Amino acid sequence: MPAVTEELSTYLDVFGSRAERRRAEPDWLVERRNRGMRQFAEQGFPTTKHEEYRYTNLAPIAKTPFRIADGGTVTLDDLAPFLYNEIKGDRLVFVNGQFSRTLSSVADLKASVTTTGSLLADNPAVIAPHLARYSTERNNPLAALNSALFSDGAVVRIPEYSAWDAPIHLVFVSTADAPDTATHPRVLVIAGRDSEAAVIETHCGIGGTPYWTNAVTEIVAADNARLDHYRLQQETLSAFHSSLVEIHQGRDANVTTHSVSFGGALVRNDVEVVLEDENSECTMNGLYAINGRQHVDNRTCVDHTMPHCTSHQLYKGVLDGYARGVFGGKIIVRPDAQKTDAFQSNKNLLLSENADVNTKPQLEIDANDVKCSHGATIGQIDGEAAFYLRSRGLGESEARSLLTYAFAADLLERMKFAPVRDRFESLLMAKLVQQRASKK
Amino acid sequence: MTMLEIKNLQVSVEDKQILKGINLSVSSGEVHAVMGPNGSGKSTLAQVIAGRDTFEVTAGSVTYFGKDLLELAPEERACEGIFLAFQYPVEIPGVSNLYFLRAAVNAARKHRGEDELDAIDFMEIAKKKMASLGMDNQMVSRAVNVGFSGGEKKRNEIFQMALLEPKLAILDETDSGLDIDALKTVADGVNALRGPERAIVVVTHYQRLLNYIVPDFVHVLADGKVVRSGDKSLALELEDKGYGWLGNGARPELAVRA
Repeated sequence: MPAVTEELSTYLDVFGSRAERRRAEPDWLVERRNRGMRQFAEQGFPTTKHEEYRYTNLAPIAKTPFRIADGGTVTLDDLAPFLYNEIKGDRLVFVNGQFSRTLSSVADLKASVTTTGSLLADNPAVIAPHLARYSTERNNPLAALNSALFSDGAVVRIPEYSAWDAPIHLVFVSTADAPDTATHPRVLVIAGRDSEAAVIETHCGIGGTPYWTNAVTEIVAADNARLDHYRLQQETLSAFHSSLVEIHQGRDANVTTHSVSFGGALVRNDVEVVLEDENSECTMNGLYAINGRQHVDNRTCVDHTMPHCTSHQLYKGVLDGYARGVFGGKIIVRPDAQKTDAFQSNKNLLLSENADVNTKPQLEIDANDVKCSHGATIGQIDGEAAFYLRSRGLGESEARSLLTYAFAADLLERMKFAPVRDRFESLLMAKLVQQRASKK
Repeated sequence: MTMLEIKNLQVSVEDKQILKGINLSVSSGEVHAVMGPNGSGKSTLAQVIAGRDTFEVTAGSVTYFGKDLLELAPEERACEGIFLAFQYPVEIPGVSNLYFLRAAVNAARKHRGEDELDAIDFMEIAKKKMASLGMDNQMVSRAVNVGFSGGEKKRNEIFQMALLEPKLAILDETDSGLDIDALKTVADGVNALRGPERAIVVVTHYQRLLNYIVPDFVHVLADGKVVRSGDKSLALELEDKGYGWLGNGARPELAVRA
């Protein structure tokens, strides 16, 4: 089909134009980039004919010839709504995919919180086993495109046997000064044996024109590592956002990943977790609050490969206006993964008759001594509960806000880092007020 | 002074008529008991007074201090001093009882043009009320009704009533299923509220509560109508004879069962 060729030619051209950059990169990375480009070129943008994209039409992204964003000016004031004064740890800021030394707050770029650019120049060996390895092994064309094209990215290496008190903040901001620009943010987190840390990723935009963020995060948690990972998606309401979070966990490793989606016009998040050794535990929390014509699709997959591993997934959505939510979750239990304990739940609160949700939980179980459960609900504000609150004097909109908060409360409570929890609690309330106002 | 005046109130839900012409007049200082078999419309009457919108008022009127009550939203009725203790109090996860109760008290204060209470002042008042009701302090920091036993939920309703100090309190089967200690808490809460400025309507299926809250008037509802009204002796009569003897208006199948 000629249309498909045209869609892909933009990216083949972009890839070709970056040949010079690649000559400076180590062979293993060039090989992975080539493989990524091949995968993307072979598969192209997924269409609604793909089962896993049945409810999410990527055509608006596919038909736009996105150029790689560059340049752009951002001030700390611009970033203020997305930063946390309480974070005393390192902060890396990337503007349109380029690392910004002035906006970042990091003592030493040669230390454990740094950029791919810096490490590729100084010490590529430490990331060679991981960078772009997992994401190109997936059958995920968008992640493959990121592998082919990412300019710079964040690398967080938590040394073994160390515990960091302060979370690390990674900020990816798009300015969208020019129309049809794309960034391919890249994050690699390597949590060493018996380490403990928290990493917060913020993806945000401050420009007015549509842009595309196509991000990949790879997380490798070694034996007994404990990691609290937040992925906060706060793109502008005209932005496209696609992402893959790929998590590989060793023995006794415990990872919690929070995926929060408040922004974006069209959003698709994939989370792939592989529990590679015994007694590994992963908690996946998702919260999406959308209105207008926002479309957010979350897809998760947990692969239990070994015995005695645990996974909990709880994704909750609050949808108003004409918003559309999609959830597809899969739990795979391999033949060796006896004593697996896996739980998955997707709950949705529809605040408008025009909002819509498609949810599809899936279990693939090949072991016989396991505990697996899944469930999905789609509901509205409980009239009885609203009446209860109003009968105590609370106004109609106050009652709705409180019940919406109550719906999301357990997810918010799971965010251990209080400033993030408080921020999104306020944003949720603000979004509700905005929705009510726009209806009047 | 007449507080609540209900005239020929007819109410339907999904085209099924539940109340078929209720007449009831409640004045300040009075305690009324509304009794009757299951399905007679007692709870519907209580909820219509509080403003539940799933019921359709097809005829009749309800005035409160001379104003048309049916015109007011539930929150306006609450701010004007009407309180309904729910038969089935609702659980609200993630919202602390303290937050909820302060929001409720402040909504009424704001309505009356009074300053809102801050968390510390409110806590002081809440602690006193809890002590007077013999309630555990812990209950205010828990999420609203979440994980409460049946008795705790009912006590929480009475606690809310004590804080909100309504002019007209309606208790919808607050006594059902309670043990004697919880029943006494409920009765104490109601009796503490009794006064010349207030009125209380106790909706109950059983006579037992009325040993502790002595009503001035007793009304018997059957099949959506008030079939008998009298003083407290009517409740004792019901205790003796059940609802079957009511004859006219009482549903025959209930008469047989009683």
